[in-house]
Amino acid sequence: MSFSINLTINGVRRNIELEDPRVTLLDLLRERLLLTGTKKGCDRGQCGACTVLVDGRRVNSCLALAISHDGADVLTIEGVARGDLLHPVQAALIAHDGFQCGFCTPGQVMSAIGLIQEGQAGDDPERIREGMSGNLCRCGAYAGITEAILEVQKDLAEANQRRSA
Amino acid sequence: MNNFDYVRPTTISEAIAAATEPGAAYLAAGTNLVDLMKGGVTGPTRLVDITRLPGLDRVEYLPDGSARIGAMVRNADLAHDLDFASAYPAIAEALLSGASAQLRNAATVGGNLLQRTRCSYFYDVASACNKRERGAGCEAREGENRSHAVLGWSEACIATHPSDFCVPLVALDAVVEIEGRGGRRKIAVEELHRLPGDSPERDSVLEPGDLIVALWLPAEARSFAAHQRYLKVRERTSYAFAVASAAAAVRLEGGTIWDARLALGGVAAKPWRARSAERYLAGRNPDAAVLRAAAEEALAEAKPSGDNQYKIELAKRIIIRALTLAAAGTPERLPALPASPFSTIPGALHGA
Repeated sequence: MSFSINLTINGVRRNIELEDPRVTLLDLLRERLLLTGTKKGCDRGQCGACTVLVDGRRVNSCLALAISHDGADVLTIEGVARGDLLHPVQAALIAHDGFQCGFCTPGQVMSAIGLIQEGQAGDDPERIREGMSGNLCRCGAYAGITEAILEVQKDLAEANQRRSA
Repeated sequence: MNNFDYVRPTTISEAIAAATEPGAAYLAAGTNLVDLMKGGVTGPTRLVDITRLPGLDRVEYLPDGSARIGAMVRNADLAHDLDFASAYPAIAEALLSGASAQLRNAATVGGNLLQRTRCSYFYDVASACNKRERGAGCEAREGENRSHAVLGWSEACIATHPSDFCVPLVALDAVVEIEGRGGRRKIAVEELHRLPGDSPERDSVLEPGDLIVALWLPAEARSFAAHQRYLKVRERTSYAFAVASAAAAVRLEGGTIWDARLALGGVAAKPWRARSAERYLAGRNPDAAVLRAAAEEALAEAKPSGDNQYKIELAKRIIIRALTLAAAGTPERLPALPASPFSTIPGALHGA
């Protein structure tokens, strides 16, 4: 039995035929749509490498059955930069050495974008660390990751202040 | 993962009919179920996707002071609902102390109640486990069992219930609304989960087809809002299950405890309500000796199921800390590390 679903992925609406209901959103992105920026680490919801935004919220794509997300709007790492212009989170991670091997980085970027949109952490490094605890980094670049997110939060706060002034 | 039929009903009655078939399971976010299916721990032959059922994703506050939370409300949405977090701060704290932000964004209220134990022998299909397969035996009993139950366990099973959320729910007399083949009914969350006895394969009292449609908090639960905490001890700072946890809520009058609510997590196959300790606390001042005596009372029946004698003392200390902090007053803002017994240095750039 085959199933037909619609997904909007990085702004492009796609109709996808699933011949098997077991396909996760992660495997669909990587194996079928060749969007291999989203990484498969543990494949069990423990490492955060597969983080994408679904309808604006960060989730583990490895635990999401694609068939259950018919109609969803998905943002992956491939959709965050504007051409050669990096997303501020990407640029800040480079500036602060927020990675070494880079395998967890797409998940870190997507999770940080989600964290900032959720608006709960502000400029408190402890709240940022807590909010990012679902993303493991085996190289141990946590200090740089926290600093990068802090900088993006500060830039955003300053931009908002200028706008309201 | 075994293959399965996938159905996506549009009404609750269709869902119940589809899920009553042997081998069927409900699918909400799947944050626990898909993981279990990948590991071969469970292999439903049919998934009944309830994510599109209408009317299950609302939080309603009723004129009588009670609250009704739809079963499909996501953990993060409930914890960040300002009305909810101010009325039931320990529940919000418990929600935010569980799992990761990604999982909380997906996981649902109903799914959290029905998540399975994280006993590693239950997860390891090469090990014998009575919960996974009735009558197979229990390798945890003689195995690595530091994290296992100290209350309500049996020779057949020493697994614990992993939920943080359920602990303050039980303390505050929350009720689940269930729809099944026989219509709707309500039962206390405290009565939802079963102790293992000789049938640990049954986690809850739900019957085939039963669907949790909502969670209720009685009006009285609001009266504890000013003095309540949820605390959990974990083996790492964040994103870990409780080794032991406690939800404590008190009503104070002139420094004396008028009424107390106390429940424990990580110590039994169900969230553990400590009613005798609550009775002891009523009418007493929350000084060190009284809190210690209440903690002793709460763990009076505890016995180790393996290398976990330490858990009994740990649970007592987390009770004392939770009661102390509850009596001191609910913090105006949730701490940076929800439910952590460890203080943090505000603004410190790097953790120790």
